[in-house]
Amino acid sequence: MTVGAAKARSATGVCAITVNGARVLGDPSGALYWPDRRTLAVADLHLEKGSSYAAHGQFLPPYDTATTLERLGAAIARHGAERVVCLGDSFHDGEATARLSPGDAKTIRGLTARCDWTWICGNHDPAPPQDWGGTVSEEMVLGALVFRHEAKPLATVAGEVSGHFHPKATVRLRAKRVTSRCFVTDGRRLILPAFGAYTGGLNVLDPAVAELFPRGFAVHILGNEAVYAFPASALTA
Amino acid sequence: MPEIAPGIAAERAAPSPLPPRFAAWFAARSWRPHAHQMEMLAAAEAGQSALLIAPTGGGKTLAGFLPSLVQLADGDHAGLHTLYISPLKALAVDIHRNLTQPIEELGLEIACETRTGDTPQSKRRRQRRKPPQMLMTTPESLALLLSYHDAPQVFARLHCVVIDELHAIADNKRGDLLALGLSRLRSLAPHCRRVGLSATVHDPDALAAWLSPTGRPTDAAGAPTVRRVRGRSGAQAEVEILTTRERLPWSGHMAVHAMAEVYARIRAAGTTLVFVNTRAQAEIVFSELWRLNDDGLAIALHHGSLAAEQRRKVEAAMSRGDLRAVVATSSLDLGIDWAAVDLVVQVGAPKGVSRLLQRIGRANHRLDSPSRALLVPANRFEVLECRAALEGVRAGSLDGDPPKPGGLDVLAQHILGTACSGPVDADALYGEVTRAAPYAALPRKDFDDVLDFVATGGYALRSYDRYRRLKRDRDGLYRVASPRHIQRYRMNVGTIVEAPTLKVRLKGGRALGEVEEYFVNGLVPGDSFIFAGELLRFEGIRDTAVIASRAPAGEPKVPAYVGGRLPLSTHLADRVRAMLENPQHWRDLPEAVGEWLRLQRWRSVMPPADGLLVETFPRGEKEFLVAYCFEGRNAHQTLGMLLTRRMERAGLSPLGFVATDYVIAVWSLKPARDLDALFDQDMLGDDLEAWMAESSMLRRTFRNVAVIAGLIERRFPGQEKTGRQVTFNADLIYDVLRKHEPDHVLLRATRADAAGGLTDIRRLAEMLARIEGRILHRALEQVSPLAVPILLEIGKEQVYGAALDELLDEGAQALIADAMAGIDQAELPI
Repeated sequence: MTVGAAKARSATGVCAITVNGARVLGDPSGALYWPDRRTLAVADLHLEKGSSYAAHGQFLPPYDTATTLERLGAAIARHGAERVVCLGDSFHDGEATARLSPGDAKTIRGLTARCDWTWICGNHDPAPPQDWGGTVSEEMVLGALVFRHEAKPLATVAGEVSGHFHPKATVRLRAKRVTSRCFVTDGRRLILPAFGAYTGGLNVLDPAVAELFPRGFAVHILGNEAVYAFPASALTA
Repeated sequence: MPEIAPGIAAERAAPSPLPPRFAAWFAARSWRPHAHQMEMLAAAEAGQSALLIAPTGGGKTLAGFLPSLVQLADGDHAGLHTLYISPLKALAVDIHRNLTQPIEELGLEIACETRTGDTPQSKRRRQRRKPPQMLMTTPESLALLLSYHDAPQVFARLHCVVIDELHAIADNKRGDLLALGLSRLRSLAPHCRRVGLSATVHDPDALAAWLSPTGRPTDAAGAPTVRRVRGRSGAQAEVEILTTRERLPWSGHMAVHAMAEVYARIRAAGTTLVFVNTRAQAEIVFSELWRLNDDGLAIALHHGSLAAEQRRKVEAAMSRGDLRAVVATSSLDLGIDWAAVDLVVQVGAPKGVSRLLQRIGRANHRLDSPSRALLVPANRFEVLECRAALEGVRAGSLDGDPPKPGGLDVLAQHILGTACSGPVDADALYGEVTRAAPYAALPRKDFDDVLDFVATGGYALRSYDRYRRLKRDRDGLYRVASPRHIQRYRMNVGTIVEAPTLKVRLKGGRALGEVEEYFVNGLVPGDSFIFAGELLRFEGIRDTAVIASRAPAGEPKVPAYVGGRLPLSTHLADRVRAMLENPQHWRDLPEAVGEWLRLQRWRSVMPPADGLLVETFPRGEKEFLVAYCFEGRNAHQTLGMLLTRRMERAGLSPLGFVATDYVIAVWSLKPARDLDALFDQDMLGDDLEAWMAESSMLRRTFRNVAVIAGLIERRFPGQEKTGRQVTFNADLIYDVLRKHEPDHVLLRATRADAAGGLTDIRRLAEMLARIEGRILHRALEQVSPLAVPILLEIGKEQVYGAALDELLDEGAQALIADAMAGIDQAELPI
């Protein structure tokens, strides 16, 4: 049961979620880990978002790609993942790979060489580069779960795991508003938070997200050290 | 035209260098110029800059303009002669109107115009092509004017810059921007004089240095660079503290108990200004007064969130003398003068002597008759604070913080603006910048780092060098790389970064004003809230506006605004401490307060003026620690964070804390015993560093710094990006930058702002040093009388200190209990 999940937190701060019968773990980094398949999924890395702004004269700190890759590498190592699925929008735009620093490029090659790696296509990167290791795919089916970039509206969604919306949720606690990225699920489908260092968010109460869950949903909000479950009724806009 | 009017006859006949036409004009009104007006004239003759310090009502503005009018009287001067800069648009417009009259009466041919954000584009273009002889403007508009390539022509013949309300500009970032702009002006018009007009201030030397063309108070020969002129001081203000017949509350800030008495005073007076400290207070006080308003007195409301049109209407009605009272926040602290105001009411604690004097000065701008003011404390501690402020007013002792070094973020904006007007030589610009007082001590390295930030972002990782914003030409000059950057600079100019707001609009009707977005986010359709003095029903959000209808009745929510509360000034805090320690001072206090203090002395002890009283006592299942620091809310919040960290390490299991301006209370599972160790100065070391790094205060500061420096853009109406997203993005940027380049110039600017700028850390450090070895600990059986108010704040106040994870965990656990009790599990989706 979703609301009880907070009690079931393990020492590493992950939060157990059941999607279409598969038991997966929400990681405080925003990654999703599926222990039975040793598979780690991440959504919306938006690599080189910073440099795409710089090209327009806005000089955001050029460390977003390094930060994102470091977090991703740490999540892979923490869970001992053997397979990695990037759920699309991995690269912020078509020229992103050309702007990668040599160091970051090397990091990506190292990661894709170590794991069975899949780049799912997203709207920012409809054709992810083929030459960075791993395979490129529109979607991927693995056991009870199907991984794709954007949730399909009202289709047969059992076991769908997606990204795209950058969900975040706000709860009011002790007269304080706490807003953070979150997983969203109704037990049949699941949407991941954006993993990239410079990715903003969309409140899950926005119809674009909420309407994907006509039977209601729960969220798993990312703290710094753990993931916390809240029912949709506890959220504010 | 009260401020222009020089008042009645001057106290002594001055030797008259006054041209006959002017002398006749004074004589026709049976006026004689004030001594300070003649002195300002003499300074102009000598080509000196001058600082006039005078209370309101002393003919200060005319003193500032008179020399320019005299110089322009011959009609020979072509081009801009005098630039007038005011912190308020409305004031610039008002001064313009008031100056037109003497210009006409004197039969002078002087073109005098305003230039603000409201000036039409076509007029602004014409003003640059053919400038008037006198121009009234704001610091932001000056920055914009300086960013055009024709700035050297526009300002070439400038003789004089008049800066009004200098005391209100000089100590903040707008002042930094203006100081840099003035320094630029000096390069364009080397002989231009500066004239500063200021209310009485704590440190006139610092203000004179600020005004100085060299950024220093004296020249190489030790002679003052700015001539000081003192206005005549007015009659001593009559200030009274309301001794309420009602029960004096233990806590709270709204003073609702006293509104009937305030109403009676309004009824007895001609026109009253009712000042409050926050916009929420303004709404409550206004609606309470109207609830009591059986006589149907014309009482209006004025605060920064109301629509500009609405505010102007109130101001106009006030000028006409149509109103009996206006309830206002600091939105009316400065500005247009109303001769008719004869009573100022301050609801809630005044927070500082200077601020109180400024507000009292709004009543009765005739120097000979005293201003009348009534202080209305909202709770018991505020009675003490009001009493301390009153003594401060009588003693004429002002409070104020020492000047701070100029912000590096403002410098970044200025450098880009300067480059927008033409190629920049780094050495020359550095010289120019250090002639502005706030930047007089700016190290060259900081300047170079800021220049590098403007050019490429200034990151150690040089990956943006190919996207340069400033390019160096063959002569080594910096030039803006693309017109796009110039356009972006002009869109983002200024140092005021507002919290994101939404328009409030009546259904099918007019806009009432703006309210902070986070408040709106807490509303659900059907909720009622008080805004602009009306009870409104929240209908929803359409096209980035809040749609509301008039609500018949209901329990309203009151918009809680950020930033409305100023912390208690150090000076006032010292006075409160001294008063508490000495029972001689209690005799004048209201009976309820005196009894409260006597009870405290019996049950515990009074906080000593020099040391620190800490009381500990059990209550419920918890152990409380109450410290009477009197260092202001912000410093106490920092202290609370640090204390709880330390108590955590000592295994005392702290649960939370709450801070007011006077006191901090911390509660834990186990009692604190070694208080000397707990309050040791070394808490300002690693713990402070760690806390600063993750505190939301630093994030907010970074966001402001990033906007001012041009790292992230301001929000504009119609833009898709909402203010909330800007906040979010700024946080992400802050995290990444802090991790990878903790010494980046913007993080240095942020830390300087947070630590020095807010002065809280310094206050805390001074307190910890002062109390070392002087902690007076009382272990009590139960809560002491003096501790009652702070305990009442628990639950009402936002509780600070809980980190993200603790809050989320607590919320999740509480909800588990709720969920188990209430929800039919079969209905759950999973």
